[in-house]
Amino acid sequence: MHAALIQFIVIPVVKIAVILGVVLLVVAYLTFAERKILAYMQVRLGPNRVGPKGWLQPIADGLKLFVKEDLIPAKAEKAVFLLAPAMIMIPALLAFSVIPFAPATKLFGLLPKAIPPYVTDINIALLFVLGISSIGVYGIILGGWSSNNKFSLMGGLRSAAQMVSYEVPMGFAIIAVLLMARSLSLVQIVKAQQAAHLWFFVPGILALGIYFICGVAETNRNPFDLPEAESELVAGFHTEYSGMKFAFFFLAEYTNMLVVSSLATIMFFGGWLRPFPNVAWLSFLGVVPPVIWFAVKVAGFIFVYMWFRGTFPRYRFDQLMQVGWKWLIPLSLANLVIVGAGVLLVKG
Amino acid sequence: MTDEKNTPKPEDQGAAPKSQPEAKPPWLDKPVPPVHVDAMDDPDVTALAAAVEDAVLAADAFAGEVTITIDPAKLIDACRFLKQERGFKFLVDLTAVDWPEREEGRFDVVYWMHRFDDSRRIRVRIIVGEETSVPSVTGVWKTSNWMEREVYDMFGIVFDGHPNLERILLWEGFNGHPLRKDFPVEGIDTGAAVQPDVYPEGGGPLVEEEGGA
Amino acid sequence: MGGPLEPLFDVEEMELSFGPQHPSTHGVLRVMLKLDGEKIMDAKPIIGYLHRGTEKLFETEPFPQCIPHTDRLDYVASATNNQGFVVTMEKLLGITIPPRAAYIRMILAELGRISSHLVWLATHAIDLGAITPFFYNFREREEILDLFEAYCGARLTLNTMRIGGVPFELPDGWVDRCSDFIDRFPAHVDEYEQLLTENRIWKRRTVGVGVISAEEAIEMGLTGPPLRGSGVKWDIRKVFPYDHYDEIDFEIPVGTNGDTYDRYLVRLQEMRQSARIVRQCLDKLPDGPVIAKVPKVLRAPEGMVYASVEAPKGELGYFIVTTPKGTKPYRCHVRPPSFINLQALPEMVQGLLVADLVAVIGTLDIVLGEIDR
Repeated sequence: MHAALIQFIVIPVVKIAVILGVVLLVVAYLTFAERKILAYMQVRLGPNRVGPKGWLQPIADGLKLFVKEDLIPAKAEKAVFLLAPAMIMIPALLAFSVIPFAPATKLFGLLPKAIPPYVTDINIALLFVLGISSIGVYGIILGGWSSNNKFSLMGGLRSAAQMVSYEVPMGFAIIAVLLMARSLSLVQIVKAQQAAHLWFFVPGILALGIYFICGVAETNRNPFDLPEAESELVAGFHTEYSGMKFAFFFLAEYTNMLVVSSLATIMFFGGWLRPFPNVAWLSFLGVVPPVIWFAVKVAGFIFVYMWFRGTFPRYRFDQLMQVGWKWLIPLSLANLVIVGAGVLLVKG
Repeated sequence: MTDEKNTPKPEDQGAAPKSQPEAKPPWLDKPVPPVHVDAMDDPDVTALAAAVEDAVLAADAFAGEVTITIDPAKLIDACRFLKQERGFKFLVDLTAVDWPEREEGRFDVVYWMHRFDDSRRIRVRIIVGEETSVPSVTGVWKTSNWMEREVYDMFGIVFDGHPNLERILLWEGFNGHPLRKDFPVEGIDTGAAVQPDVYPEGGGPLVEEEGGA
Repeated sequence: MGGPLEPLFDVEEMELSFGPQHPSTHGVLRVMLKLDGEKIMDAKPIIGYLHRGTEKLFETEPFPQCIPHTDRLDYVASATNNQGFVVTMEKLLGITIPPRAAYIRMILAELGRISSHLVWLATHAIDLGAITPFFYNFREREEILDLFEAYCGARLTLNTMRIGGVPFELPDGWVDRCSDFIDRFPAHVDEYEQLLTENRIWKRRTVGVGVISAEEAIEMGLTGPPLRGSGVKWDIRKVFPYDHYDEIDFEIPVGTNGDTYDRYLVRLQEMRQSARIVRQCLDKLPDGPVIAKVPKVLRAPEGMVYASVEAPKGELGYFIVTTPKGTKPYRCHVRPPSFINLQALPEMVQGLLVADLVAVIGTLDIVLGEIDR
């Protein structure tokens, strides 16, 4: 009874609390990282006034948003208007419940037996993440609709079309990984890469490209940031949101970036594995804890996100649809065939 | 639109001739203002006079710019002729001048047009009274649309046949025409005074029932 | 089964008031849009939010005091506004300006053109979602504004030309500083081009968007880069050379298709040509006075004159009517290039998407101070 209490209640609650805290903190500092990285790309300094070298900037931003007046437009659909930020934030955070960022660990011998640091490992984790992140789109649509603002509405419609379109090639790209890993469990996918002596980005380079492009589109980031295209739609679906509700939309975007990057790391770059996990003479790399390897890989993807933002103009709506339907979907289908044939040939 | 036509130096605009071998450079001399000369024998004027009967009332050249005063009733014919036969395809500017004291008519309406072939510009002027309307040249040059609206807005001159003669810089309901000489420079009381039914008493922002985007 | 399909749902056009407070209307422009989905069925620009009655104010000021008012027309390139007014006044009064003054004017006007085009490129790129060029452009613009500040103390509204010349001699070291900047500048234009010119997304957003043919452009009275983008080689600096532009060697870049991309290329080339003009002016800069001998009180002869300069936005003309011995303009009308260029907006965006509207507004390079006057 006592052991069961610890195992099923205490440990998960502690894990959830820690992960939630870490994720939120990381997300807050992602905004800081983005501003700094963009600044250096754009011959300027970025935030450098709050705290040493500007390191307290996200805290200040958070405080500011927290104490800001929370406006609800008089003509807004109030209940939906309040629900929308939650509907986008919660799925984004839920996805982290299944993301394995490190293997089971004894935490340097502090624990009696090795426990996995992630919340849970379910055998349909990949489907779970895909499904849960699809819910996020409702937050955007409802937020755009309930604001009773034409710019918001157009932003909402754009994101609906965009997310639905890009989920299709994304799904096909993921199936290619499934074929290689033969499992939907994210932990199993990482282990399959260890067993195959090969990270999946080598055979799945096309799938990786498709997946990441779709991921950028799913998170409404440049060059696919049409739903909130500032120069066209003012701020798109969150035009009318202020204060903490705006912060939810904002944080959800960064959380989703983190989810997409984490998934990319797990599916294509061996998750927490060190480079060349089976080459013995490189075992000194094992000194670095797996979670750091994971973080480094995720950071690489996040950097690409920011790099995109610093480089690309924005697609137009019809061009975005064209890229999705005319290029990515056929390409992802072709990739599926190629990978499937390859898997058949290699594994028999 | 080739380079050749950039070479003949037109005398009707720009700086005066430079570096003449004189004792005193021109910029230290007393400036010599341009004078008015009769331009009835200008080829464009004679062509216009021949083509559209009784159109040309006077022609004058000042600072190298030919101004043809024409009969307002013949305006459209004259403009069409100048555009189609004489190549003045480009209407550069259209504006008006208010002369409240003048007997012949209160307003000058001025058309300033350009020919690309030899980079020549001429000005057509009509004199109209306060009550008379002016035929619109929107059918001749599309670009005159907003220019005529501006003249209407600023002077209150009505253009007949204009597709959309609305105020352009000021709002519908504004009382008066600011560029008329009798409009005070310091302005008039607007807003609440002009549209008491729309604006709340004592001014303040416009409040409407149906809020849009 | 012929005939058009009946729509399944009730379809209605959406009216969208785009502006006057909107990030990409470049000021207080308002466009009433009729939208079918995202497709623009009709666009109606509504202007006048910045109307200050400048033309009325001109009538109350003695000629020299009109010059500060011209600064406020196209406030991103005030040097050419000053230039247009003083050139017209000199034509009216028959004043010849000293060559050194003309060269200083040309330098200031071309620096102003560069800075205006930099602002255009920065905002145009940001409208299309590319944020990085903005900071690169403003880095160089800052240097130009510093040069202006060193010359006349003002950075934006320069008020730095007088009837008969320019008010100040160039300060010590200014020529070297300007020379240093202008030698570096073409490399910076290469930088902007690297970011955008061959970028696939940039091309997809601009090629074939907002097309206007040469005939149509002339009919609509377009001037400046929008006209040249359609392939009409026409520039006031060449056609009616004012100051000493006839002594300078430069080219007029033209486009071929009249789309947003061509206008973009034209403006980039113009920046290079402006740099070339400044370079030549600095090399040729003659000695002598910077202002002609002009009477203290200017009395104009009766008449009407019009003179224009090639402003960054197009042909900027001043039409001045005077009364005998008048000391103030009886009427001073400004031919604002942006005002007339904006008129073509509804035709250029018909049938395009909302995203193209911002591209076309950006490519027309309007300044509301000049439109609304």
